[in-house]
Amino acid sequence: MEKSPENKANKRREFIRSTARLTLAIGIGGVSGLALSKSTKEEWVWQIDPFECTQCGRCAEECVLTPSAVKCVHAFDLCGYCDLCGGYFKPGVIDLHTGAENQLCPTAAIKRDFIEEPFFEYTIDEDLCIGCGKCVKGCSAFGNGSLHLQIRHDLCLNCNQCTIARLCPSDAITRAPASKPYNFKGDFTKS
Amino acid sequence: MKNNRIAIITFFSGLLISVVSFAQQRFPRPDFESDYLVPSPLAPEPRWASMEILDVVILLIVLVLTSWLAIKKRSRRGILYLSVFALIYFGFYRNGCICSIGGIQNVTLTLFNPAYAISLTALLFFVLPLIFALFMGRVFCASACPLGAIQELVILKPISIPSPVRKVLGLIPYLYLGLSILYAATNTDFIICRYDPFIGIFRMDASFEMLILGGSFLLLGMFVARPYCRFLCPYGVLLNWMSSFSKWHLSITPSECVDCKLCAHSCPVDAINKPVIEPVSNRKDINKFILSILILPVLVLIGGYIGSKSHIYLSRANTTVSLAELMITQPELKNDPDHIDVQTFLASGKTMETLLEEAAVIRSQFYYGGWILGGFLGLAFGLIFMGKTIYRNRKDYEPDKGNCVSCGRCMDYCPVGKPDFDEIMKQIK
Repeated sequence: MEKSPENKANKRREFIRSTARLTLAIGIGGVSGLALSKSTKEEWVWQIDPFECTQCGRCAEECVLTPSAVKCVHAFDLCGYCDLCGGYFKPGVIDLHTGAENQLCPTAAIKRDFIEEPFFEYTIDEDLCIGCGKCVKGCSAFGNGSLHLQIRHDLCLNCNQCTIARLCPSDAITRAPASKPYNFKGDFTKS
Repeated sequence: MKNNRIAIITFFSGLLISVVSFAQQRFPRPDFESDYLVPSPLAPEPRWASMEILDVVILLIVLVLTSWLAIKKRSRRGILYLSVFALIYFGFYRNGCICSIGGIQNVTLTLFNPAYAISLTALLFFVLPLIFALFMGRVFCASACPLGAIQELVILKPISIPSPVRKVLGLIPYLYLGLSILYAATNTDFIICRYDPFIGIFRMDASFEMLILGGSFLLLGMFVARPYCRFLCPYGVLLNWMSSFSKWHLSITPSECVDCKLCAHSCPVDAINKPVIEPVSNRKDINKFILSILILPVLVLIGGYIGSKSHIYLSRANTTVSLAELMITQPELKNDPDHIDVQTFLASGKTMETLLEEAAVIRSQFYYGGWILGGFLGLAFGLIFMGKTIYRNRKDYEPDKGNCVSCGRCMDYCPVGKPDFDEIMKQIK
């Protein structure tokens, strides 16, 4: 019984199978070992570098979410609290009133509040903001650049490959460690 | 009023000149006389801040449970319930990210890009299903993969696909795997994630084209079971290798096969091998086998050559390369104010030379990548051909371990050990 050809063939097959299994196991072990030696405990999230951003408007269109997870964020400590705000008003407005025809924001997501003469506070209503960056462009061009775009992580699905990152013409969207998920202007200076 | 207007115009035109440089504090921060406090921007926590560990634990539990259900408990129903759970949790609740299939790209990017390091969670998601496949078969496909689960649930009337067609279509996953690794290694794109047909359904938000794609996969999946798993999934290739040599695997019959043929048509993915008795040693087959070994290096070389020849075409998916190409072939775009990529490049102050240099580096990576990709495809093709020349005597109906997704349908068809076994056998006879 022991030396029957069938038994021999079975033994040979079992040997080939275990060798192959060992090889594959070493393969997985090798690849994952190499990856493990570099891996981090930290998760990654996507974030915009506001100093690289050119406000091209793709954030509003390319995000897998509609509306986009990119929102305008206001770094208040950079703001000049101007009456004539380049981010709030369309260029060349005649009267500084808050009528829709005067507002740069297509969804009227910026709220303008009087603080004291001559200062006004501008806050973003993120439920309305679509991340188009029109106000950011205006604020960077005419003001202090305190308005800037950031990916909001309460909304972001954290796709493995961010669609906007791939299409961003200035490569401003990169992976950031989850412990430091925002690049706010103001408390963040370019090195 | 007029004065005001002139003031505004001069103000704006003056500022326009200094637009190029980012003047951080054009207007000084005001000293408020009232007790106004300057607020700071809100920083909402990442949505899934602490859930990643939970995901790995759930994946592990699902894999262990499926292995137990498939191999020990032999419960198709249990596997089905688990796959519904995976579809709801990993698919609809966690929105399909992160997944093991896409993990291929994260691992590749880690190995090739010094700037990226994979997170431990993503690595575990990639490795765990492979280890389980090496020991238990493709239990991941059975009930942990949301993409598999959604296709599993729409199977209505699966038709059997002839073996040659299956073999040819089965080469597509190899191509997809090779391409996804090439594009991830060159930091070009994650194509697996980008063309995932079901993620739009999981997120209930997708572009029209992707919804059509996902919908047609589901429609097709009613009659051709698991079309994505069998003829596209790049991770399936790896799982297939592992599972082919798995230590344990789901078996159709709990003990001895009685050759009743009841299970023969139960498998929706054509992964049941019928019994074959081949002549012990056939000179013609041995010759074919030797031939297949001899042409293997030739196929690898031919594949590599074709791959390297197509590197220019392949590299166009890279945004740097495509921008460089655009700038050369269509220089008039420099005057097109609406072309965002070109205008951003011009405004960035980067010189044309730097761009071309970068593009040339990426293109040469694609040249070598093309050789490896083509060689890999040639090898896969050759090995599949070689497999056709090897016969093995098989007495019973057995699952094809590489292609079996451990869904467990066949187990329900097997009469062995069922209470009405004698009755069934009488009817068959």
